[in-house]
Amino acid sequence: MDIQKTHVEAEHAHDSPLISCRFSPSGEEVVFGAEDFHVHRWNANADRKVSLNTEAWVRALAFAGKDGPLITGGYDGRLMWWPDPAASPKPIRTIDAHEGWIRAIAISPDGARLASVGNDRAIRLWKVADGAPIHEFEGTTVVEDKSIGHESHIYNVAFHPGGTSLVTGDLKGQLIEWDLKALRPKRSWTAESLSKYDKTFRAQIGGFRDLLFDASGSKLFGSGITKVTNAFAGVGNPSVVEFNWDDGKQLNEYLTKPKLQGVAWRTVLHPDGPIIAAHGGSGGSLVFWKPGQTDSTHQVKLPQNARDLDLHPDGKRLAVACSDSKLRLCLMEAKAN
Amino acid sequence: MKRQANCGSAAHEIARRHFLGLLGAGTAGLGLLGANRVLGGLKEQNRRVLVVFLHGGVSQLETWDPKPMTKTGGPFRAIPTKVPGIHISELLPKTAQHMDKLALIRGLNTHNNDHSKGYYQMRHGRDRMPGLDFPHLGAVTARGLERPQSPLPGFIRVPSGGRGSDAAYLGPRYGSIGVNGKPPVNSSRPATLTEAADLARREFRRRADERFARNRHSGPFATDSGKAETGIYAESYDQALRLMAKRDVFDLSHEPQRDHERYGKHDFGQHCLLARRLLENDVPFVEVTHRNYDTHNENFSFHLEQLGEFDTPFSCLVQDLHERGLLESTLVVVMSEFGRTPKINVRYGRDHWGKSWSICLGGAGIAPGTVVGKTNETGMEVVDREVDHGELFHTYLQAVGLDSHSSFTIGGRDFPLADPAKSPIKEVLS
Repeated sequence: MDIQKTHVEAEHAHDSPLISCRFSPSGEEVVFGAEDFHVHRWNANADRKVSLNTEAWVRALAFAGKDGPLITGGYDGRLMWWPDPAASPKPIRTIDAHEGWIRAIAISPDGARLASVGNDRAIRLWKVADGAPIHEFEGTTVVEDKSIGHESHIYNVAFHPGGTSLVTGDLKGQLIEWDLKALRPKRSWTAESLSKYDKTFRAQIGGFRDLLFDASGSKLFGSGITKVTNAFAGVGNPSVVEFNWDDGKQLNEYLTKPKLQGVAWRTVLHPDGPIIAAHGGSGGSLVFWKPGQTDSTHQVKLPQNARDLDLHPDGKRLAVACSDSKLRLCLMEAKAN
Repeated sequence: MKRQANCGSAAHEIARRHFLGLLGAGTAGLGLLGANRVLGGLKEQNRRVLVVFLHGGVSQLETWDPKPMTKTGGPFRAIPTKVPGIHISELLPKTAQHMDKLALIRGLNTHNNDHSKGYYQMRHGRDRMPGLDFPHLGAVTARGLERPQSPLPGFIRVPSGGRGSDAAYLGPRYGSIGVNGKPPVNSSRPATLTEAADLARREFRRRADERFARNRHSGPFATDSGKAETGIYAESYDQALRLMAKRDVFDLSHEPQRDHERYGKHDFGQHCLLARRLLENDVPFVEVTHRNYDTHNENFSFHLEQLGEFDTPFSCLVQDLHERGLLESTLVVVMSEFGRTPKINVRYGRDHWGKSWSICLGGAGIAPGTVVGKTNETGMEVVDREVDHGELFHTYLQAVGLDSHSSFTIGGRDFPLADPAKSPIKEVLS
């Protein structure tokens, strides 16, 4: 891998702007959500695309383990389970899971549980195998004289690699750790830099567009937008914030250099170390950082805004969902002659 | 030679306003100078107008004219309303339950994508033209539905500060007074002024006025206009004093705690509660502004936030006006300066769009459950009953019983209430 040589290796032109993407566990397919109310499974090698009718925009996508189904969470509040499309491009299960927009879903490290969050401020746990509800966290709970609960739309969720905790992050930058054994909140803290109330615009902007742990579970990363000066024009800078998981202390805030405007929509942690984010706002970019070095080490300009990102299992390729209706596959190596 | 006490110049006006002070100038002024021609067809039934202005340009697709499952429709669904066959955005679930009291105009084309021009069009009913100024709907309403004995201003904006210069030729008497959820500024006796001193001051002013009036009315320089101007000075103070006695109209602490909770304790909730209080006190025109909808970036998240804040207090207000018997005499209008582009931009935003958008109205003079106009499948074009801001302005006036084709006669000149080239939208009038 040579991030300095990162380039667009291939692109798939769709007929609707893209909003999300994930590689299948084998890496043979990329699934992507689009503004056409479908999720599409695209096999680049076979140049075959199967369209799944979600009847909603889908930003939340997850594969439940290596051989598990694809699960989607829609803006309509429904979770849908999809089998291998070779069998049928129809859902095997649909659950009315939330009131309104599901912002994010996550699969537990053992592949058995699914967590979903959304604008109804509920956090729900489901069995992947049959979609049965396991538990719901909602409202506020008093923990050591402190009332803990989300007061704004929940934007993201991630399981701790240890499997005993879940973390959720909301529009106002609040993070909550949920104890999955005691089934109650454990602690909460706020990432001040990733949310702001714009007094001119009179609205809150920011929130966790992504949440993820490193493999060891000692670090938590959240991404979004910071230093917003104009919410309605999206004037702010993409940011990735790193927390020490044990005490919630912010360790680093990774920023772009030269400065970009917009949002870091998703972050992936490369096994070899680099932190990689997809940015969209005034144009799109891939941004690379070395851990602990808060200025970006490399930025790759994309033809249009990036809206989502995933890392191929081979560690060499990135899938990028773009606003110009194109899915771009980027290779982090030199171009072949 | 006549002594011209008021030359009518802007400089003179400013000096006079300064003398009268903010409050006095807002409650009295040159409007009385104009001979009031009887408006043809005026039905003075104490009707009034509430405008809820969604500042920045609310999206018609996320409110009144959703296009679900289309390439321009965005992610939100349409929901049924109290009126079979009428669907609005799922972001307005509570408002949907009051659709039987409301009506929609879905074929609005204002040919404009500029904020300031849009504000003017929608509030003044005309395109802004160099060298010409037309009164705000609030000023026209305050003048046309004037309550001569009322101590309260005829045109109140919430939230806003001070007074607006928005009455054009109608004069400052009919211009807006801005309040921010508290009584107007300068409407209480300063703490440093004792009641006795205040009374002595008023008495001194009264006697000075009398002496001034005697010279004007019977002296060598007496004129009709001089008499009228003296009356304005006196009346402005009297009105200010009456308003000071009614300061509690603006005090929301008199409203039950339960209503504060129903409406919401955020600014817009409190402003809607204040609007209810003002309308109950028969203020002819109240404008409440909710901001901001200028969502070039992340239109859907922001509309979710803003309309989530709008839906509850607005629906509470409609419900309360209905239950208190005020809705049938109160025209309710929800407007913006324009709509937003059906095409979704690369930042999940929608930009400015005046070509095909919507407003909501209801109450006095409006046929409830009516939808006038239609856009095409993507919302890019009006395909049926296109209307503009001029026609809307006529419609508002007709709805509250004013003949929109009539004129105010001021200083011997006729000033049409609305653009004479336009007409009301009859289909939406009851």
